[in-house]
Amino acid sequence: MSKFKKKGDGGTPAISTASLPDIVFMLLFFFMVVTVMRDTSLKVQNVLPFADQTEKLDKKDLVMYIYAGKPSERYQQQYGSEARIQLNDKYASVSDIQQFIFEERQSKREELVPYLTTALKVDQETNMGLVSDIKQELRKAEALKINYTTKQGNSLANYE
Amino acid sequence: MARRNAPEVNAGSMADIAFLLLIFFLVTTTIETDSGISRKLPPIDDTDQEDVTLKERNIFEVLVDDAGNILVEDKLMEVENLREAAIQFLDNGGGKGDEACNYCRGARDPDSSDNPVKAVISLQNNRQTKYKNYITVQNELVAAYNFLRNREAKRLFKTDFTAMEAAYNDPEYPKNKKEKLEERIKIIKEMYPQKLSEAEPKR
Repeated sequence: MSKFKKKGDGGTPAISTASLPDIVFMLLFFFMVVTVMRDTSLKVQNVLPFADQTEKLDKKDLVMYIYAGKPSERYQQQYGSEARIQLNDKYASVSDIQQFIFEERQSKREELVPYLTTALKVDQETNMGLVSDIKQELRKAEALKINYTTKQGNSLANYE
Repeated sequence: MARRNAPEVNAGSMADIAFLLLIFFLVTTTIETDSGISRKLPPIDDTDQEDVTLKERNIFEVLVDDAGNILVEDKLMEVENLREAAIQFLDNGGGKGDEACNYCRGARDPDSSDNPVKAVISLQNNRQTKYKNYITVQNELVAAYNFLRNREAKRLFKTDFTAMEAAYNDPEYPKNKKEKLEERIKIIKEMYPQKLSEAEPKR
């Protein structure tokens, strides 16, 4: 019945993990802020060619994406292996491009419309015929600023 | 003393929950930004246009065929030499009198272009040409223009042309500085206008 409890045996105290959640939350918030979720799932093969005279497309909200290439393997049964265009989440034909551009323009603020760029993400094995058709449609829709999206690298590597 | 403290909520699993969220965001994060070759398409012009006659020597014809062979002025050329050939053509400055070019450093060959202002690069491809080959050629030709423009921008304004253009295209760049920048870009562009004409593929 002593008034004072006996102290512990003096072993090393356990490291407090109370601040661990705080650290993890900090990391969490960082990644939440920098995350851009992919809003389109690719349905075409998309190996981009290399180039080095490139400009960055920083403002992601000012870019419209047009994908083109052969359908991915799991869609080849259904759609064949002829190169196709993909707008948003689905396959499209050349004639849908104008409509797509107009819809994209509608969804943006008016003062930003002149800055809109069309990024062409075209698979490197695609024939130029399809690309020319896309370009022709873009001219009709007056979306004249385009960007051939490429991978950073020496373009001579495309020839190997 | 019967009064007891409320039991503490066990926060031990907090870390687990946070980790779960963290891993989710780690997996879905894409930080990379896209980059590529920026080009401007010519607007469709319905009005009748007069045919402009260009001298043969002012046209640099590049054809990319189905197999990716590059034909410059109907002669086969290796892709490694294309950039240098385009620079030589643009920077030739063979003109005399009114057409003379006082900033060119080229060979002044009378059979090549008179003046960068008059020089046109005509890029043709077939419908079966592979996109990667086309991009390589585009890249080399743009590189030739950028090389010459950067050289002049460095000489006149002590800065790179590509850097000036990047600043100009930024919507957040201050408006009052833009005018000065626009003027400088215009000067360089007038010295080496990018006359890269692309014909509709024939086959």
